[in-house]
Amino acid sequence: MSDILPFLKSLISVAGLSGDETPAADLIKKQWTPLVDEISQSALASVHGLKRGALKKSLRPSVMIATHMDAIGMMVVRIVDGFIYITNVGGIDARVLPGTPVTVHASGTKEELYGVIAMPPANLLPDGEGSGVVAMKYLFVDTGLTPGEVSKRVRVGDRVSFGTEPIEMSGGTISGHTLDNRASVAALTICLEELQSKSHAWDVLATATVQEETSFGGAYTSGFQLRPTIAVVVDMTFGTGAGASGYQTFPLGKGVTLGIGPSIHPFLYKRFKEVAERVEIPVSDDLMPEYSSTDADALQLIAEGIPTMVVSIPQRYMHTAVELVAMKDIHRAGRLLAEFVASLEADFMERITWD
Amino acid sequence: MLTIGSPQLKLLEKLCNAMSVSGDEGEVRRIVLDEVKPYADEVKVDALGSVLVRKQAKGKKSMRVLLDAHMDEVGFMIVKDDGNGFYEFRTVGGIDERHLVGKQVIVGKDHMPGVIGAKPIHLTDAGERSHTVSEDSMRIDLGPEGKAKAGDRATFATKFKRVGPSIMSKSIDDRIGVAILIELLKQAPYDIELCLAFSVQEEIGLRGATVAGYHFDPDLAIAVDSTPARDLPHYDGAENYTYNTKLGLGPAIYPAHSPVISDPRLLKFLQELGAKHKIPYQLRQPGGGGTDAGAIQQVRSGVPVISISVPHRYTHSPISVSRVDDWKNTLNLLHVALQEMTPSLIKSRA
Repeated sequence: MSDILPFLKSLISVAGLSGDETPAADLIKKQWTPLVDEISQSALASVHGLKRGALKKSLRPSVMIATHMDAIGMMVVRIVDGFIYITNVGGIDARVLPGTPVTVHASGTKEELYGVIAMPPANLLPDGEGSGVVAMKYLFVDTGLTPGEVSKRVRVGDRVSFGTEPIEMSGGTISGHTLDNRASVAALTICLEELQSKSHAWDVLATATVQEETSFGGAYTSGFQLRPTIAVVVDMTFGTGAGASGYQTFPLGKGVTLGIGPSIHPFLYKRFKEVAERVEIPVSDDLMPEYSSTDADALQLIAEGIPTMVVSIPQRYMHTAVELVAMKDIHRAGRLLAEFVASLEADFMERITWD
Repeated sequence: MLTIGSPQLKLLEKLCNAMSVSGDEGEVRRIVLDEVKPYADEVKVDALGSVLVRKQAKGKKSMRVLLDAHMDEVGFMIVKDDGNGFYEFRTVGGIDERHLVGKQVIVGKDHMPGVIGAKPIHLTDAGERSHTVSEDSMRIDLGPEGKAKAGDRATFATKFKRVGPSIMSKSIDDRIGVAILIELLKQAPYDIELCLAFSVQEEIGLRGATVAGYHFDPDLAIAVDSTPARDLPHYDGAENYTYNTKLGLGPAIYPAHSPVISDPRLLKFLQELGAKHKIPYQLRQPGGGGTDAGAIQQVRSGVPVISISVPHRYTHSPISVSRVDDWKNTLNLLHVALQEMTPSLIKSRA
């Protein structure tokens, strides 16, 4: 088993919010460069790695493996007496914010400022808004600096990212912010490592997309530019845990999930299922009746349409500063992807059917 | 002037990062014992676990002055093992449950890392998001092989940080008072008999101070604590009249906090000292929120008391914010008070 943990920890120690993914992209390019034949970035900054397949170029189909690298977070909307008011970038439940450590990316001085999200007391809020959930528009960041020091450093539009540090927990789990979806980037990296010693007929387009959390902007544009024959999206699914149960949730450390639904081509699902059984990787069905809420929803609609698949890693406490994932599941996802790629025959597209 | 340098910051960092939930203050007690032993004439740990320290006066018998700072912090107790690494817990002390979801915690003597999770936003609707999450529905998650047991204490995992003019940490309330008392002991002897109570269980009813006050039977007592600064903006820009204290204005001297009225002679003495030595101070707005002074005032036949606090923002939350200058000025005001205090201070009521 490769030791992916240090890379994953580095990935969840940087920000890289939607629309400003550079810190994550830089780490990914460095890690992938020795594993691929070509590496580049799209106009919107998605990372494209190409690992060439064994078939003759004119006959060679391609499989895109897409993992979004952007993070949810916050943006500065106004500054009052040194207190920094924020709005969300991506989906954030305001209830998880009070007391959370954050990093303010101060553009005025290019500094990273430590801060805490503060919840004002009831007497400073409108009547009736102080005792229950305090809306995000009333929360603000305190950096410990004076108003003068803040105004020199911080501007409206600056990013604010979660400041929790990665922490290893029992049972081979890791907790931190932005494991959605850097854990999948780590899985794709494991896939590329496995493919170093595996022959594969198809080109592999390893892609770290931007702006999934806000618009699927990376998936739409990278999908158009690369025009893969098929696409596999790797993202997070919900882990069973406090407050989360039911058909959409899966136990941590017990394997990865395969999507079923309108965003997924059933033939790709079938192939993944066969491969998983052959190499004994536990998988569960992840039912997505309308949307997958992943880059797959965008990729399937590009040009004349692309057959897509969704593979997911269970994660507890999604979109909080304390997301939790089992390393075992990341390794399983990486291996499953590599085995799937290696299984793609030259004539796979002639066999792909709807019935 | 006494200063706050690297040794003082290092000690406060160690004190703040320790776990010392009310009723289980061992970690901070051990740090305090190590610090005070070389300087004290008498050290004892009492029946409840408070550390009681005595330093005799320079000269002959003088009046006996008690300084109190509490060692305990608000936190959690594990009350039930739910299996698979999930634990039910209850808060110990006044914690607003809105500060809990999505936080890193540490559990037990080995500081096992854990998290208090939250249901993903994707699985909630707007109606659910308009309701707070109740403490009894939350769980501490230690990971699938977590090993804690009912009775273990837990607290926020945030670490002490020095940032510009500030410190940002859990448990500034009242490790900053503990640090100040240790520093004053190192400056002793004074012309008074100095008694120090590093008390337990303040956050759950001033219990340590109640018996420590009885033990020392002091002529006067000062509670050294940390009080909320609510010097924050009003949502619509209106002036904030109810700030309690403000960061950066110096030690907060208490005229009164319900139901304790400070001794007027001590209140006057401290303000005059501030003016004389040009040490900035502020008067804490009278109102709720107690200190150990409330317990000590009523032991035996009564003790003249007052409280002095270093202000902090965001009480009992994962990260509070205080100013280093307020800490320094609190230390210095108390230092000159101990130097210049004489028995005449409390002899007459003129």
